Amino acid sequence: MARIKTSFAFTFAMLSFVLLICFFINISLGSVQIPLDAILEILSGSSAPSTWKIIVLDFRLPKAITAILVGSSLGVSGLLMQTLFRNPLAGPFVLGISSGASLGVALVILGSGLFGGTLALAFVSKWSIVIASSLGSFLVLLAVLVVSQRVRDTMAILIIGLMFGSVTAAIVSVMSYFSSAEQLQQYVFWGFGSLSNLAWDGVGILSVIIIIGLILAIASIKSLNSLLLGDAYAKSLGLNLKQSRLIIIIATSLLAGGVTAFAGPIAFIGLAIPHLTRQIFKTTNHKLLLPAVCIFGAVVMLICDSIAQVPTTDYTLPINAITALIGAPVVIWLLTRQRKMIF
Amino acid sequence: MTPSPNEHTVLHTKNLSIGYTHKNSDLVVASQINIGLKKGELIGLVGANGSGKSTLIRTLIKIQPALKGDIFLNKTRLSHLSNLELAKNLSIVLTAPLISKNLSVTELIALGRQPYTNWIGRLNENDKKAILDALDLVKITHLRHKKCYELSDGQLQKVMIARALAQDTEIIVLDEPTTHLDMYHKAYILKLLQQLTKETQKTILFSSHEIDLAIQLCNSMLVIKDQNVIHGDPCELIQKNIFQSLFPDDLITFDNASGKFMISK
Repeated sequence: MARIKTSFAFTFAMLSFVLLICFFINISLGSVQIPLDAILEILSGSSAPSTWKIIVLDFRLPKAITAILVGSSLGVSGLLMQTLFRNPLAGPFVLGISSGASLGVALVILGSGLFGGTLALAFVSKWSIVIASSLGSFLVLLAVLVVSQRVRDTMAILIIGLMFGSVTAAIVSVMSYFSSAEQLQQYVFWGFGSLSNLAWDGVGILSVIIIIGLILAIASIKSLNSLLLGDAYAKSLGLNLKQSRLIIIIATSLLAGGVTAFAGPIAFIGLAIPHLTRQIFKTTNHKLLLPAVCIFGAVVMLICDSIAQVPTTDYTLPINAITALIGAPVVIWLLTRQRKMIF
Repeated sequence: MTPSPNEHTVLHTKNLSIGYTHKNSDLVVASQINIGLKKGELIGLVGANGSGKSTLIRTLIKIQPALKGDIFLNKTRLSHLSNLELAKNLSIVLTAPLISKNLSVTELIALGRQPYTNWIGRLNENDKKAILDALDLVKITHLRHKKCYELSDGQLQKVMIARALAQDTEIIVLDEPTTHLDMYHKAYILKLLQQLTKETQKTILFSSHEIDLAIQLCNSMLVIKDQNVIHGDPCELIQKNIFQSLFPDDLITFDNASGKFMISK
């Protein structure tokens, strides 16, 4: 047993080290080249004010921190969903949670035009998008859960999740038909996903939401582990099923909804990170998986963001496209090589 | 017929009706069930397919509500117990296949300690000892580092029994623990259950289709027939010709002398 523990500790140490390296690489890359020693100097606060200092402290640092927050929380929300629904295909996107968030945001951005014209667009604040997105994802998740109580078949639950996605997409289409080009553009850009929209105040709000979500997730570790055996066993182990489910759902909607509100619907991470982490750690024990998914999600998101800004050019590609382009082949390769999905 | 509950009784029912509630009417599977399970007994529950074995088990472990009547666990009404209190008194082994087979044997058995661990599930010395004892009782200590997907059906069943033992409850209820097993392992698992009742003084109730094995090993048996539950010790049940009428007699008949079912000639 002791041997196993030290090997986990070693993997954790390695992963944290990789996270640190990715963090510095991410900060040193961008359209303006800044040498690493200058960055270290700026981060330690010992440099004189300069353009470099503004770029690093006001743009790159909040973006890197956003990447870490987004990667960790999407990974964790995927893990929670996969265990709760006992389905390796579950994730914030497949179950329609992100489409719920999209609907909420669409109602705020596009719907504002329906009622108050362009004047109302000015009132579309960061907070209203966050609230709309979190509320949207929470409601869709709740709906999926209510339906899942009636149908026992998990495949049916996934299909129902996809149907919720289609319905919200249809409502968004109808609303875009009646919206102005300006509003549409704002919504479409939100849909691309972006880590660089957040200034320090946004990072602060997002951190608070995610920390609450993570605390709820950590508090659910014990119930998540017993849910691995199925509902009947979990109940026989003394678990209050209704309460634990609700906590897990609230945690997921805070994590996925919060991220989607600030950074747009970012594909792939929520589904894939838990699988990749299980492949590395070869366990389904949430006490290990939860922190591992957190760190690993952050690492992958930092790497995707570094690629998305296309180093040494002025281009920044939509992060949503990069996560899927880089990630999907990795998952396919891993699963065909291992021939077995660990769940 | 029905002995009144005494100090040795750990679980008893009073005029219990089991079944399913539909919109307008109840579908009664069995009614007027009055049984008392005693400490340290191995009890086999038998009956034809669809006779209501699983329904009775699910009702006794509080997964499904009773239609009428009461179930008492040490003289406390089952419905008055919280999930956690019940978890400290009754553990289960179900037929449904494991969902996540990527847990190690030790991790899986450790889940049995959940009713006693703190908010994050930290195992103290007491818990670790309970896990080692459970491994030892079922004689699977050599499997402790294996992953569940590496195990055969027979080994996995032993691990699930060890998990229930680690939960340290007075009663263990098993739903068809011998399905999917070969003849040797069927006998092995039931013999193991008998040993456990002797060594640990736990009350073990299991449902099974292995009527002849159950007759040889059980202290008492529950037979579900025509919406009735008959409780008695195996010899008594044989003398009353209970098993004779369990199945239609066109194909198999029960031979009282050998205690086995035979193909009708």
